[in-house]
Amino acid sequence: MSLHTLTVAELSAGLKARRFSSLELTLHFLGRIEKMSPALNAFVTITADRALADARAADERLARGQGGPLTGVPIAHKDIFCTDGILTTCASKMLSNFVAPYDATVVERWKAAGTVLLGKTNMDEFAMGSSNETSFYGPVCNPWDPNRVPGGSSGGSAAAVAGCLAPAASGTDTGGSIRQPAALTNLTGIKPTYGRVSRYGMIAFASSLDQAGVLTRSAEDAALLLGAMAGFDPRDSTSVDAPVPDYVAELSRPLAGLRVGVIREFFDKGLDPAVGALVQDAINALRAAGATVRDVSLPALPLSVPTYYVVAPAECSSNLSRFDGVRFGHRCESPRDLLDLYKRSRGEGFGAEVKRRIMTGTYVLSAGYYDAYYLKAQKVRQLIAADFARAFGEVDVVIGPTSPTPAFALGSKTSDPITMYLNDIYTIGANLAGLPAISIPCGFVQQGGRDLPVGLQLVGPHFAESLLLSVSHQYQRLTDWHKRLPTEYA
Amino acid sequence: MEWETVIGLEIHAQLATRSKIFSGSSTAFGAAPNSQANLVDLGYPGVLPVLNLDAVRMAIRFGLATGATIARRSIFARKNYFYPDLPKGYQISQYELPVVQSGSLDILLEDGTHKRVGITRAHLEEDAGKSLHEDFHGLSGIDLNRAGTPLLEIVSEPEMRSAKEAVAYMKKIHTLVRYLEICDGNMQEGSFRCDANVSVRPRGQAKFGTRAEIKNLNSFRFVERAINYEVERQIELIEGGGTVVQETRLYDPDRGETRSMRSKEEANDYRYFPDPDLLPLAIDDAMIEAVRSTLPELPDEKAARFVAAHGLSAYDAGVLTASREIADYYETVVKGLGGQPKLAANWVMGDLSAALNKDGLEVAQSRVAAPALAQLLARIADNTISGKIAKEVFEAMWGEGKGADEIIDARGLRQITDTSAIEKAIDDVMAGNPQQLADYRAGKDKLFGFFVGQAMKATQGKANPAQLNELLKRKLAG
Repeated sequence: MSLHTLTVAELSAGLKARRFSSLELTLHFLGRIEKMSPALNAFVTITADRALADARAADERLARGQGGPLTGVPIAHKDIFCTDGILTTCASKMLSNFVAPYDATVVERWKAAGTVLLGKTNMDEFAMGSSNETSFYGPVCNPWDPNRVPGGSSGGSAAAVAGCLAPAASGTDTGGSIRQPAALTNLTGIKPTYGRVSRYGMIAFASSLDQAGVLTRSAEDAALLLGAMAGFDPRDSTSVDAPVPDYVAELSRPLAGLRVGVIREFFDKGLDPAVGALVQDAINALRAAGATVRDVSLPALPLSVPTYYVVAPAECSSNLSRFDGVRFGHRCESPRDLLDLYKRSRGEGFGAEVKRRIMTGTYVLSAGYYDAYYLKAQKVRQLIAADFARAFGEVDVVIGPTSPTPAFALGSKTSDPITMYLNDIYTIGANLAGLPAISIPCGFVQQGGRDLPVGLQLVGPHFAESLLLSVSHQYQRLTDWHKRLPTEYA
Repeated sequence: MEWETVIGLEIHAQLATRSKIFSGSSTAFGAAPNSQANLVDLGYPGVLPVLNLDAVRMAIRFGLATGATIARRSIFARKNYFYPDLPKGYQISQYELPVVQSGSLDILLEDGTHKRVGITRAHLEEDAGKSLHEDFHGLSGIDLNRAGTPLLEIVSEPEMRSAKEAVAYMKKIHTLVRYLEICDGNMQEGSFRCDANVSVRPRGQAKFGTRAEIKNLNSFRFVERAINYEVERQIELIEGGGTVVQETRLYDPDRGETRSMRSKEEANDYRYFPDPDLLPLAIDDAMIEAVRSTLPELPDEKAARFVAAHGLSAYDAGVLTASREIADYYETVVKGLGGQPKLAANWVMGDLSAALNKDGLEVAQSRVAAPALAQLLARIADNTISGKIAKEVFEAMWGEGKGADEIIDARGLRQITDTSAIEKAIDDVMAGNPQQLADYRAGKDKLFGFFVGQAMKATQGKANPAQLNELLKRKLAG
């Protein structure tokens, strides 16, 4: 067994026992990144010097018997998180020259936990996309099939962890941007409750939906890393001042007695039958392990895609106004006047998908359209949240597929935004309702001679991250889907 | 046709918090450009606003002082537009649900009657930065020190009917925010400014005319002049067969006129929507009561007390309470004097005000402090000096910074109350003016004043006036 295939939990034990040093580990990952990242295009920036310095500092602490479970563990951050003194691009030409002057809270906390920063991962531009094809730095490939997408928007983080270029990575999830890539690359990906993790320093796409989380190769790793990231932050007014449970300690909760609700609306005609069958197998496995399973109906949920594509663009149209070429980021050459500066800086700096959403958002907030679109979407959002709340009166978690299909071919959906948007049909509901949700591997389908991973999604009540992680962990004790690695990267 | 003017004001009061409304930067005025703008003020990627609760408390103070409803839940909204001094591309303000709703304020009209003006709302918002269009060789400079400074925008009902009423209302708000210590009221620095919505309609018509909004008026004089100009313009326009268009206008103080800035058609669509970075502002009873317990005595209450307990006229009470500093000064004088409120009021409104005006000083900078003035007035009260001599002493106090007693003694100004000394002076005057004496005794009563003047002169003005009158009357009678 080689170092890069170990989970974070295993690396943590190895570092503590001094079986290998953080420097050794870091050099090993940097070597793999150098060799394999160009093909995957998983990283925008590789922070080798910083990684080596972090590793040496971690080794010193470990040598003194100090440090916590993450001390010396290499990680990668999605390039949406501001990193002090390091390029932070959001995979946009607009920020292709932007060196952040401060650390995001997520970055600060993982740093304080002793992690080693390997680099910043590729993503859809400003997190707007479901395939990682909108990046200014080019698409990311799926380690399971180089001709397929890794999902998005946290596609670089997913490819890096699935390809064993990093043991774990941060991600953000506005409409499924952690869970869908996790499903498409055989990872565990958790989006916590809205407000559980600080958004400070995370470049905003849609503020009421954005939430940071992690992509890992096991639920146990997700518990470790989420615990180090979560918690109240006075710099984010929407972060919630509630204690963070010991997610790792609570992993041992048994499945017996768990009440599982299967979301009937998710088994619709858009679902690939092969994916549906694997999800059904997973549900059967939970039942066999002592969970009770029943159907639940969330009638407003099918409205989640149109609702999301009003709310998210509305917020993004305002959030992205600050990229005006005045204080930072891309500025056009020799502007004639102020209007020219705005038009050309933004016209040149933003890609097509970002522009599409800014225009959509501007439209739905305009006088005369606000009530028909934005206000109505907010009302539907309430209905969706109420549907979930009703379901959680009857069951502990609701369950279904993460994505309707396995990874699709690069370029196959880029010309049709609606088809692309429908890819997030099962994940968006949790964002609209602010609920925690996790995607875990539940099997493979064969397409074009390739094994393609499929994800199972669990959604829980607010602040039920512990429950989601423990159910996932117990399922992962019964199965080994999550242990399978893409052959070329194992 | 007879026209009626309709005016509503939107007053922007900069709140006197130490830090900005959504960031920890200082709000102090006059620092080097951009030295008081942190990453939040600069609208950097990833930063978030955190509400300064002191600004909320100040808004509550204003609401309580105007009998308004304090919204238990209010919403911050984004007002979206592009401008270089607006770093985020939106201003955080309040739109549909403001923190202060439906209050009112009484103003004193020239005819001595009171008028109640409704306050529709007052909401919290952040100020923008400043664009500097000079000194940059054709380019514009941006100073973001002011960006994020808390403002309370106070919106009146369209209930004022003349420029004078509008000024009276604005002055009253100015007085109030300073009493409440929520705004320094400094109009030169832009801490207190207003937009005026002005329209005219035929008297008796219920429907409002089309209004023009005059932006950024930063002095009472400009408000009055701009409104009067605008009213004239609108009436002339209508009477000449034209129509008023809804538009934003700017007042040019140099030319004394308003001119069009942008029409309604050119107006921005601000695309207001609730700011998802901020939770709804929740205010509970405990917070309101905590603020209420710190409210000072308000100007109207103070004036009423001056009338009832001090016996002052409503006019005097109004003048003295127009500023909290003046009222405090006056009360300190009364306290030092141990009574005599009318004497104190006359001096504060008279000689003191005149001296302050002459030197361009605020009452806090007065060269004669309230206890010193009390000492001077005490010398009038105990007949040590006359009121006339007191003016001379006051002038000396103002100039030399010495106490009243010191000056009285040094200059020998102590009043003569010794009867024999006054009698001697009278005798000398009578002896020196036999003709006038004869005329007086022959019935020319008017000459009494002449003898008073001569006798005063003989005592270098130090004779006690009452005593002198008394003795003179008796002696002249023979």
